[in-house]
Amino acid sequence: MSSSVSHIITSVLSGLTATVTAALGGIALTVVLSLAAGLALRSPSRLVRGISRLYVEIFRGTSEVVQLFWLYFVLPVLVGFQLVPMFAGILVLGLNHGAYGAEIVRGAVNSVPRAQFEGAIALNLTPAQRMRRVILPQAFVEMLPPLNNLFIQLLKSTALLSFIAVPEMARQGELLRPVFGAEIGWIYGTELVLYLLIALLITSGMRALERAAARRLGRAPSKMTAAAGGV
Amino acid sequence: MIRFSQVAKSYGDHVVLRDLDFTVAPGEFVSLIGPSGSGKTTILRLLMTLEKVDGGTIEVCGDYLSHKKRGEKLVPADEKYLRQARKRIGMVFQQFNLFPNMNVLRNITEAPIHSLGVTRDEAEARAVELLEMVGLADKKDAHPTQLSGGQQQRVAIARALAMRPDVLLLDEVTSALDPELVADVLRVLREIAASTDITILCVTHEMQFARDVSDRVMMFDQGQVLEDATPDKLFNDPDHDRTRRFLKAVIDRA
Amino acid sequence: MDWSWEAAYDSIPLLLKGLLVTVEITLLASAVAYALGLVFALIRRTGIPVLSQAVTLFIEFVRSTPLLIQVFAIFYLVPPLTGFTMSPFVTGVVALGVHYATYAAEVYRAGIEAVPSGQWEAATALNLPRSRVWTAVVLPQAVPRVVPALGNYTISLFKEVPLLLGIGVLDVLNRAKEVGAETFRVVEPYTLAGVLFLLVSLPASILVRRLERRAAHS
Repeated sequence: MSSSVSHIITSVLSGLTATVTAALGGIALTVVLSLAAGLALRSPSRLVRGISRLYVEIFRGTSEVVQLFWLYFVLPVLVGFQLVPMFAGILVLGLNHGAYGAEIVRGAVNSVPRAQFEGAIALNLTPAQRMRRVILPQAFVEMLPPLNNLFIQLLKSTALLSFIAVPEMARQGELLRPVFGAEIGWIYGTELVLYLLIALLITSGMRALERAAARRLGRAPSKMTAAAGGV
Repeated sequence: MIRFSQVAKSYGDHVVLRDLDFTVAPGEFVSLIGPSGSGKTTILRLLMTLEKVDGGTIEVCGDYLSHKKRGEKLVPADEKYLRQARKRIGMVFQQFNLFPNMNVLRNITEAPIHSLGVTRDEAEARAVELLEMVGLADKKDAHPTQLSGGQQQRVAIARALAMRPDVLLLDEVTSALDPELVADVLRVLREIAASTDITILCVTHEMQFARDVSDRVMMFDQGQVLEDATPDKLFNDPDHDRTRRFLKAVIDRA
Repeated sequence: MDWSWEAAYDSIPLLLKGLLVTVEITLLASAVAYALGLVFALIRRTGIPVLSQAVTLFIEFVRSTPLLIQVFAIFYLVPPLTGFTMSPFVTGVVALGVHYATYAAEVYRAGIEAVPSGQWEAATALNLPRSRVWTAVVLPQAVPRVVPALGNYTISLFKEVPLLLGIGVLDVLNRAKEVGAETFRVVEPYTLAGVLFLLVSLPASILVRRLERRAAHS
């Protein structure tokens, strides 16, 4: 392999840490916001429902890139301090995908049969216990395939962080581009293969999770591929 | 007209037909009766080329249906050959299967125009004739969704007849209908049986109808022809106990 | 709070120019996606050897990798390889069109599978030519049913257009950036860009939801 190609590959790989960090951070924040907002959408309080509905509609209704620019360029002007690029990136990834995730959580909880809710009430469980012990474990299995797709979307969105100078893979690739005229195919090829590999890792992780969760409920898990769904 | 020779058909591990032999003469009306799973519908589906045989051969009008001749040997037929072979055969389904995106007239004229190459005017004239025969002349511009089950099935019959088949296959055509609507459909079928010389194979649970109209009745059980006789013989004096029990169960229920 | 209505007002003409470009790209790319997606779905469905496997791999690949990288790859690799130069606008349409064609293919697949098998059987029984079976019976039943899903994807596509600023497309976000660079005021143009997105995508979503409800009833 020529030295420029190996240089390209190592340079792109140097962005892997940032990509994975952003992805994991984004996924973590997404999970938290999806649960919070998803459950809030079902709240008896109109105020709580309204606020979460506002959050969901705003972040689903606007472009992620616009959200990124706004958080990174506008928010500092309004509140006085600058966000570190990685932090701003994770924040946007989490806020944006959390809004989509909220609908997934809401849909999954809604799909749990009414009888389960009533049974839990009959057993005199508090609403929190009801959620934690009866409803969420069942909703969890339903959520996992669409969440898998959502997380892969999130992984793909980490490339957008190159616009705010986060040193992830896409940015590393773009820095290389002016330098290597003939071999730029290797740049994008390497990037695409790496994203594909990470996506496969995410999917197999989620599938293992789904199998474990389905087993605890005594059910057979569903078939999950990137092609069998789509957010 | 129709000859099944040693026909075998399985779905996965489940063997439905094995070593099936029977013939049907031109113009005969043959009713196929028997318990579900006995293979009656499979026979119709094989004739309509909706399925392929696993063994044996089927001949229609002297030509092989399921295979074509390559020199001396027989090889499984390809789609091009099947398209020719299918021309002689028509089928009416239990679920009618009218095309919901077309009105009644178009349902009936679509295939004659695009498969037989008939002109639109000819196809429409014939369609109107057929609709009159089935008693639905006023419904030619209606949509399938606006018709009752019995009316839809009569349109389906007209649609099949528009192709001028030599063989007509009827697959439990009244089983999905409300009892009140069954009589109209049966009336149409009686008329077709009486006024045309189409060879008809009819899978049915309507025993009275089978008795009245058929030239022959074949009782199936587990993929084999158990009995093959005139309606008189089979209904009044069956040879097999199984036939007797089946008839008793069905007629008692009705 | 540092908001100037005057700055906001002044930025609007340029932003609207950008919005026009965004909408143009959305419509053109959607057309590409709907057409190409149907081709993909038909190839996979009819199982043409080699080609259908290639299409399946292509779809998996495109769906699992970032759109931004695909945009860069098309913009920087196609001209040297084919001698063809594509403007950023055209590159955007092609990249978005192909990317969303892979989603559309899945949507069409679901729609085609939802057509009852009895329809196929009746068409076979009537000996309709294959092309007629598709054009007169199956697709007229499959496609209307999937229009809401396609509509949702068009809305998603609309929201992904701004990433094309990476290759210099003058969409609404790029114009906002321009305004910000010229006036040194970023709050108004970026906020308005976001508002413009909402103003288009929210009514569009409501429209699609209404289409969904109608499709569910019929």
